[in-house]
Amino acid sequence: MSLWNGGRSLEVLTLGLAGEIFAIEASHVREILDLVPITEVPNSAAFVSGLINVRGKVVPLADLRLKFGMEQKPPTIDTRIVVIEVLVDGDPLIVGIRADKVYEITQVAAGALEETPRIGMRWRSDYITCIGKRDADFIVVLDIGRIFSQGESRDEAIFAGSSTAPRSLS
Amino acid sequence: MTPMDPSETFRQEAQELLEQLEQALLDLEHAPDDGDLIDSAFRALHTIKGSGSMFGFDAVAAFTHHVETAFDLVRKGKVTPSRELIAVALAAKDRMRLLIEQPETPESAEGDAILRDLKAIVDASDLPSAGEGGDAPVAAREQPAEITWRIRFRLARDAMAMGTNPLLLLDELRTLGSATIVALTGEVPSLEVLVPSDCHLAWDVMLTTSQPRTAIEDVFMFVIDDMELSIDLLESGEEDRRIGEILVERGDVAQEAVDTAVSRQLPLGTLLVESGNLSPDKLTSALAEQQHLRTETKVVAKGADSIRVPAERLDELMDRVGELVIAQSRLTQVAASINDMQVKAIAEEIERLAHELRDTTMGVRMVPISSLFGRFRRLVHDLAHDLGKQIELTTFGEETELDKTVIERLNDPLIHLIRNSIDHGLETPEGRKEAGKPPAGRITLSARHSGAEVLVSIIDDGRGLDRARIQARAEEQGLLAPGVKLSDNDLFQVIFQAGFSTAKVVTSLSGRGVGMDVVKRTIEGLRGKIDIASTPGKGTELTLRLPLTLAIIDGLLVRVGKARYVLPLSAVEECVELSAEEDGRSRGRSFLNIRGDLVPFLRLRELFQVSAPADPYQKVVIVSSGEFRVGLVVDQVIGNHQTVIKSLSKLHADVETFSGATILGDGAVALILDIGHLVKLGLTYESQFMAAG
Repeated sequence: MSLWNGGRSLEVLTLGLAGEIFAIEASHVREILDLVPITEVPNSAAFVSGLINVRGKVVPLADLRLKFGMEQKPPTIDTRIVVIEVLVDGDPLIVGIRADKVYEITQVAAGALEETPRIGMRWRSDYITCIGKRDADFIVVLDIGRIFSQGESRDEAIFAGSSTAPRSLS
Repeated sequence: MTPMDPSETFRQEAQELLEQLEQALLDLEHAPDDGDLIDSAFRALHTIKGSGSMFGFDAVAAFTHHVETAFDLVRKGKVTPSRELIAVALAAKDRMRLLIEQPETPESAEGDAILRDLKAIVDASDLPSAGEGGDAPVAAREQPAEITWRIRFRLARDAMAMGTNPLLLLDELRTLGSATIVALTGEVPSLEVLVPSDCHLAWDVMLTTSQPRTAIEDVFMFVIDDMELSIDLLESGEEDRRIGEILVERGDVAQEAVDTAVSRQLPLGTLLVESGNLSPDKLTSALAEQQHLRTETKVVAKGADSIRVPAERLDELMDRVGELVIAQSRLTQVAASINDMQVKAIAEEIERLAHELRDTTMGVRMVPISSLFGRFRRLVHDLAHDLGKQIELTTFGEETELDKTVIERLNDPLIHLIRNSIDHGLETPEGRKEAGKPPAGRITLSARHSGAEVLVSIIDDGRGLDRARIQARAEEQGLLAPGVKLSDNDLFQVIFQAGFSTAKVVTSLSGRGVGMDVVKRTIEGLRGKIDIASTPGKGTELTLRLPLTLAIIDGLLVRVGKARYVLPLSAVEECVELSAEEDGRSRGRSFLNIRGDLVPFLRLRELFQVSAPADPYQKVVIVSSGEFRVGLVVDQVIGNHQTVIKSLSKLHADVETFSGATILGDGAVALILDIGHLVKLGLTYESQFMAAG
């Protein structure tokens, strides 16, 4: 059970969100952009309230910090947009993710991957694919498909708006 | 790009041939003596068999062979295309489709049963006519080949005074086939001596027709006694005739004159005219004949002028054009800011080219709706059979063109609506008799252009929608508040809500309340709308209002706060200024007085929760949807904008105010407002206001 991903190592992109390090499977990542002008979509879910132009395509921009109840800070020189392509409920979706900082693409050895513990997590465990250990740090690998899945984004928008406190789901 | 799989090519081709076969069969049902239809069916079968075996579809080829044999007998007049035969042939056609789509289908009893039925019918009708030379009807039926005639005529001088109108004669000739007409003006006198009521002209007409010579003579039936007329057969075999040959054959010039002229190596006609051997108008006429023969030959070869292109390539092309239009509008913006005439000239040139390219590309994607309507004939035919109803299907406006994506996506909703009309709308023959209607119900499919929209209607002459029952049922199911008074169109929209059904009995076709909501969603997904009109006892008319194209629209760019939005220009009626007085007064009631009409208006900045302060001179853009109008208050009207529509991802599917997004010249994204939704919003304001005041 401790072996995740069928015993293969996992290639991930690590990024920073409000001081925490998260990872996205590198196979989802299409490109990384500097911050571009964002068009707000009035009355949309706060979590995906923006649209950006990625090489002539209109792409929604998501702010994962709202999904995890983190504090929203204004963009800095390090702010990037990670454009990912992911299957959501069976359909491909291209979406931009706002990251406070993008670190690197890295391999996490198979042995260092572990299933998400059921308790002791600050974030909803079903948004997380697995936990990777690297040196002394933990990397939280996100389940991107799950985060953007239809049923989720709606109730989460309410959650994000009503509470800013991190909460665990046991 | 991967090369086309040959068996895929066969599949596509077979698909078309099967459709052609089906149409021919369905038509034959009404016109069993039509030789063209029989030939068309036979040709389709023959081609499917031939190319089927060529591409390794042996099962299809073997099966089709038997059907072809049967139709060969029909073609030779030995078997009549009876209703039974057509029914079996339709079943065989379905079988062929199955065999082509799934060549691995194991031999089943089904195919054999069809062939047995076919054989039984053919054998039964074969016997009586086989004795006497059944070939006789064939000759009569055979399509006569097209031939070209040269008709030269001069009317009597007083013909017009006698009531003959040469134009009508010429028009009548044109109806016979493809005609090239040349007027000979050589006899027209100079102006001083010209008598306007006299007929000075003569005509040469080159006519390619399948009609016999007598048909041409019939045109001149009433004037033949007082005119000069010659009708000669032209050899159309030689496709390129020299002008000299034509002139000599017509007797306009002697062979020697031609020879002399040819020796001078200049354009022959010119020389002959110069040397006085030929009048200029006779030359014009001869040249026209040469041209006519050339084009007629070309028409025959025309089939090869169209090519088959995979649909994805067209989609790709449209994407590229969309990007080009965006890049071009950026260029125009930049060019406007730099004061360089040369750059401006180039930008204008590119703007023109981009627009032309856009129009051409959209034109390429346009497909006549007949391809869609054709498929429904079989549906109606089968449904009539299953339900024991008699149905006449009429179609209008089949040539109306729509974007191919729209056509494809219309298929399922239309099938659903037609089924509904037939199942719920049309009565049984007995029921119709009681209602004093002819036993056969009528379903009419029509398509026509109306502004930037295409209207597709499904009309039946059945019992119509039952207002009271729909209202009662909707209230029962909690879809409508009790006692609400709605207009017909609004009330009938209820039938498109999920779970709504008034049918007492659930049939295999409809009555489950599933599907109508899908229909509505699909149509709205195409940015279209559905209108319903119904008269009890008289029938129902469903009209789908669809945009001409999905890809690019003309838009009006406006600004609210810092954000820019696009309004479809087709919906914009006018722009007016919101005066400070009007602005202050309308805090309580949001209505504008537009030339005596009260128009509700929405403040977009409130709707979009814009915090920045409003511009001092706000504008109101009046937009309309159907018969309703609503004003939208914006900060600034920027101007026209070529809008390449990009759909919003499903993450924004719940935001109804916007129908899509586009990319502006400076690379920013702008949202496209959904007029239908905004108008509805304005109407609710209006009804709230009415209720309050």
